Amino acid sequence: MQPLTLNFRVTTDDFSLAGQASSAVKHTLKDLGFATDIVRRTAIAMYEAEINMVIHANGGNITVTITPEEICAVFADIGPGIPDIPLAMQEGYSTATEDVRDLGFGAGMGLPNIKKFTDELDIQTKLGVGTTVTMRIFVK
Amino acid sequence: MTIKDIAAQENITVSFLADDRPVERVFCCDLLSVAMARAPENSAWVTVMTNANVVAVASLADVSCVILAEGYDFDPAAVEAAKKGRITLLRSRLPVYETAAGVGAGL
Repeated sequence: MQPLTLNFRVTTDDFSLAGQASSAVKHTLKDLGFATDIVRRTAIAMYEAEINMVIHANGGNITVTITPEEICAVFADIGPGIPDIPLAMQEGYSTATEDVRDLGFGAGMGLPNIKKFTDELDIQTKLGVGTTVTMRIFVK
Repeated sequence: MTIKDIAAQENITVSFLADDRPVERVFCCDLLSVAMARAPENSAWVTVMTNANVVAVASLADVSCVILAEGYDFDPAAVEAAKKGRITLLRSRLPVYETAAGVGAGL
């Protein structure tokens, strides 16, 4: 299988549209015959990252590369950056607004969930410049 | 137990019925990130959240159906999303616990 690369642009702060990339990747992985567990972990981690982009960064770009060995998803935004990554990684810590919480998000579970469901997580961030989140899920 | 068995219960009404499928567990939660991480596959997810994101989470977590408790109604956008994503949406006039207990009794 040749590596398959998928690109998505998250452009809106419309929450009802969030999840399109994770949903598309989920269907692609299913069609390619990846194990249920791999599909589910990828879908959940990607959805959390998509929601983070909508909540905190007004969108960004997603690049997903699929090979038989791994799924790699890169989320790049030009948002405000993360001032304290260890704090952001703590379950329950969130800077989301009340409006976002009313929708059922902002529980401070986003990054912890991404870490939990992926095999590798790398966060590069610069205040006022943006954040790039790279996650990898190993197939074998 | 399947979705149709739940849909046939006295306190349940159907907002959108997708394909019938097995229901093996019941899961209750209103925080979407928690639900996404913890909702078991093939579970009936009982919540009071009415928005379209519930459908996205239900699809990604691969639950069998969503049951909206307390007599609330789904947002029209949620029903549209459910039709598109083939997710069954049910409503219950009972509170969360009673709804879950009613479904759980049939497992």
